[in-house]
Amino acid sequence: MHSPLRNFLPRNNFSELLTALSDGGYRCLAPKVCDGAIVYKELPSQDTLSTGISIHQAPGSYRVEITDSARNFGWSNGPQGLKPLVFKSRETLWSVRRDTNGQMTFTESAAEPDPVAIIGVRSCDLAALALQDKHFLNNHNRDSHYQTRRASLFLVAVNCTHPSDTCFCASTGDGPTAQDGFDLLLDELDDGFVIRAGTEAGEKILETLPVDPVAPEQAEAISRQNQRARECQTRRLPSRNLEQALFENLEHPRWRTVAQRCLSCANCTSVCPTCFCYSEQDTGTLDFTRSEHVREWDSCFTQGHSYIHGLTIRADTKLRYRQWLTHKLGSWHSQYGRSGCVGCGRCISWCPVGIDITEEVTAIVSAET
Amino acid sequence: MNTSAHCPAEAQIIAREQDSRTIVSLTVRLTDPAYANEFEFQPGQFNMLYLYGVGEIPISISSDPASSDTLTHTIRAVGRVSHGLARLEVGDRIGLRGPFGRGWPLQDARAKSVIVITGGLGCAPVVPVIDYVINRRSEYGRLIIMQGVKHSDDLIWRERYEAWGKHPDTQVLLAADMGGKQWNGVVGPVTELFDQAHLPTENSVAFLCGPEPMIRACVKRLTEEGLAPDRIWISMERNMQCALGQCGHCQYGDKFICKDGPVFSYAGIRHLFGVKGF
Ligand SMILES: Cc1cc2nc3c(=O)[nH]c(=O)nc-3n(C[C@H](O)[C@H](O)[C@H](O)COP(=O)(O)OP(=O)(O)OC[C@H]3O[C@@H](n4cnc5c(N)ncnc54)[C@H](O)[C@@H]3O)c2cc1C
Ligand code: SF4
Ligand code: SF4
Ligand code: FES
Repeated sequence: MHSPLRNFLPRNNFSELLTALSDGGYRCLAPKVCDGAIVYKELPSQDTLSTGISIHQAPGSYRVEITDSARNFGWSNGPQGLKPLVFKSRETLWSVRRDTNGQMTFTESAAEPDPVAIIGVRSCDLAALALQDKHFLNNHNRDSHYQTRRASLFLVAVNCTHPSDTCFCASTGDGPTAQDGFDLLLDELDDGFVIRAGTEAGEKILETLPVDPVAPEQAEAISRQNQRARECQTRRLPSRNLEQALFENLEHPRWRTVAQRCLSCANCTSVCPTCFCYSEQDTGTLDFTRSEHVREWDSCFTQGHSYIHGLTIRADTKLRYRQWLTHKLGSWHSQYGRSGCVGCGRCISWCPVGIDITEEVTAIVSAET
Repeated sequence: MNTSAHCPAEAQIIAREQDSRTIVSLTVRLTDPAYANEFEFQPGQFNMLYLYGVGEIPISISSDPASSDTLTHTIRAVGRVSHGLARLEVGDRIGLRGPFGRGWPLQDARAKSVIVITGGLGCAPVVPVIDYVINRRSEYGRLIIMQGVKHSDDLIWRERYEAWGKHPDTQVLLAADMGGKQWNGVVGPVTELFDQAHLPTENSVAFLCGPEPMIRACVKRLTEEGLAPDRIWISMERNMQCALGQCGHCQYGDKFICKDGPVFSYAGIRHLFGVKGF
C-alpha cells in the first residue's frame, strides 16, 4: 500500500516544497497558533513554518506550549480539520431579484475554484474528508459548492508523532499514520522529512524537490515513532460498529446522566470534522428587491433542528445527545458504511464540561447498567 | 426534469381555492416552459415552495400526475412561510424546486385492495393516489377511504368525498373528534371507523398520512387485523431544509426522510416508529 521510503527532504530545503506549491498555483495554508489554538492560516511567501508547538489536550481543555524543538508538526490537531475549507460555515446558495411586477429572477451562486495547499493535514482529517465526500458527493446528489472547493485542495499530510491524550484514531482505524487521501505525505524527523506522493499531482511536485535518499536509520526511526504514536493512545471505542448496540440501548439510564452535564451548546458538532448538518435562511435587502438564500452550519443540539410545526421532536438535551451519539457511532454505518467518528478527540477537548464520547459510549453499550 | 438542486425555479399561481379558513390550494405553473413540460412526479412526492424573502417549505403535490404541467399544492397556514403562501393571489409568483422523495408504491398495490387512512390535512398527499385508483378502478380491489378530523368544520373537500364514494367498490368513512350540527359521520377518533369498514386484510395495502399519534393508533389496529407490516405505508414529516439528503434535519435513524421517504413501509421504520426523540 505504501511506497517505500525513498526521499528525504532536509529541513533547510523545506521551503523548496512551499515554493514548488506556489509555483504550481497553490496558496499555502499552514498551521499557526492563533488565539491559543492551532489554525490553518495563509503562509506568506518567504515565511517559514512555526516550530516547537506543543499541544496539551484533555477533556474540556486545550493548551498551547512553545518549546525549543525544531520540529514543525510535533502536535496533534487544532479545533478545526478540513471541514471549513470545503463545507463553509456560511455561504450563499442562491439569490433572487424581484421586479415591480413581482417577477423573480433566481441566480445560483457558485464557489470559485481556489487552488489551495494545506500543509500538515492529519490522518484523522483525511478520513473525515473521505466521509464528507461520501455525504456531499454521492449518486443521489453532488453539492457543487463542496465539489468545487474539494477539487481545489492539495493535501500535504503528516503522520502524527505526538497524539494528544484525547486522540483515539488508532482505535477507529483512522490514524495516527495516513493510509490514503493525501497528495503528499511527510514523516517528520529532527533534521527533515521523509516525503512520499499519494497522487499524480503529488508526484509532480515531489519530482521537483532536492531530496536525498533515505538512510536505514531514518526509516527505522520513523517506524519507531509511528508505533509509539499508536501505542501512546489510551482512549478507545468499544468496537468499530456500535450501531446495533446503541439502538438496543435507547433507554439506558446513562443518557439521562450525561444530559445533566451537557449544556447543549453544540461545541462538539461544530468542531467535529464529519458533522454535516446545516440550515437555510433568507436575508432580504431593506428595499425588498433582492434576497439571498444562505446556508449555515447547524447542529442537532439546537432547539430548531428538530422543530416541526406544533412539535419539537428533540425538546430536551437527553434526546439531543442521544441523537448525536446514535447517529455518529451508529446509523452512519447504514448510511455510509462506517462510523462517523474518526477519533480526532476534538469533541472531548472542546466540550466546556469535558464530556468524553468514548467514556459515554462505553458506559452505554457495556452489558452491566 | 429536475429543477437545479438548491435553487428554485419561478412558478406562477394560476388558480387558487380557499378550501377552509386556514387551508388553501394553489395551482401553479413553472414559468419556464421547458421546465413545465418536463416536470414529472409520482403521487406522494413533494416540492419545496419558496415564498419571496421568507423561505422554503416542503409541500406535497396534490394534483394528478397525468397533467403535471400544472401542479396543485394544498397548504394549511400554520406559520411564517405557509401563512404567506396562503395569502397569495392568482398571478403571484413563487419559487419551486422538486419533485423530491419517494412516493406511494402504486405498482405494488395493483390488483390489491387499497385502504387509505388520513387525518387532518393528511388527505392532500394521498389525493393523487385516490384519483389514480379511481381512474383505473378495475385494476384494483376495494378502495376504502377513512378520514378523521379534529372538528367537523375542518373537513375539506366534502364534495370530493361524496363523489369518490359513488364509485363501485369504494367506501368513504369520515370521523370527527367533535361533530358539528350537520355532521353525519362518526364522532370520535378515526380508529372508530375500523368496525364499519370490514377491512380486507388479505391481498390489501394501507396508505397512511396524518398526525403521528393517529397513525400509531391506526397501525396498531391494522396489525391487529392481520395486515403485514410491509403492507402498511406511512408518509412521514420532519423538519426539512434542503430536500436533498444533505442538511441532516430530516434524519430518522439511518434514513433521510426527504430522499428515502417521505413514504416508508412500516416494516422499514417500525424499530423507531413512536420512539420519542426520532
Ligand atoms: C414531506 C412533507 C410534505 C408536506 N406536505 C404538506 C402539505 O401538503 N400541506 C401542508 O400544509 N403542509 C405540508 N407539510 C408540512 C409543512 O411543510 C409545514 O407546515 C411547514 O413547513 C410549516 O412552515 P411555516 O414556515 O409556515 O411554519 P413555522 O412554524 O413558522 O416553521 C418554521 C420553519 O420550520 C420548518 N418546519 C416547520 N414545520 C415543518 C414540517 N411539518 N415539516 C418540515 N419543516 C417544517 C420549516 O423550515 C419552516 O419554515 C409537509 C411536510 C413534509 C415534511
Ligand atoms: S465524534 Fe468527536 S472524536 Fe469523533 S470525529 Fe467527531 S469530534 Fe472527532
Ligand atoms: S457534549 Fe459538550 S460540547 Fe457537546 S453539546 Fe454537550 S456540552 Fe456542548
Ligand atoms: S431535508 Fe435536508 S437532509 Fe432531508
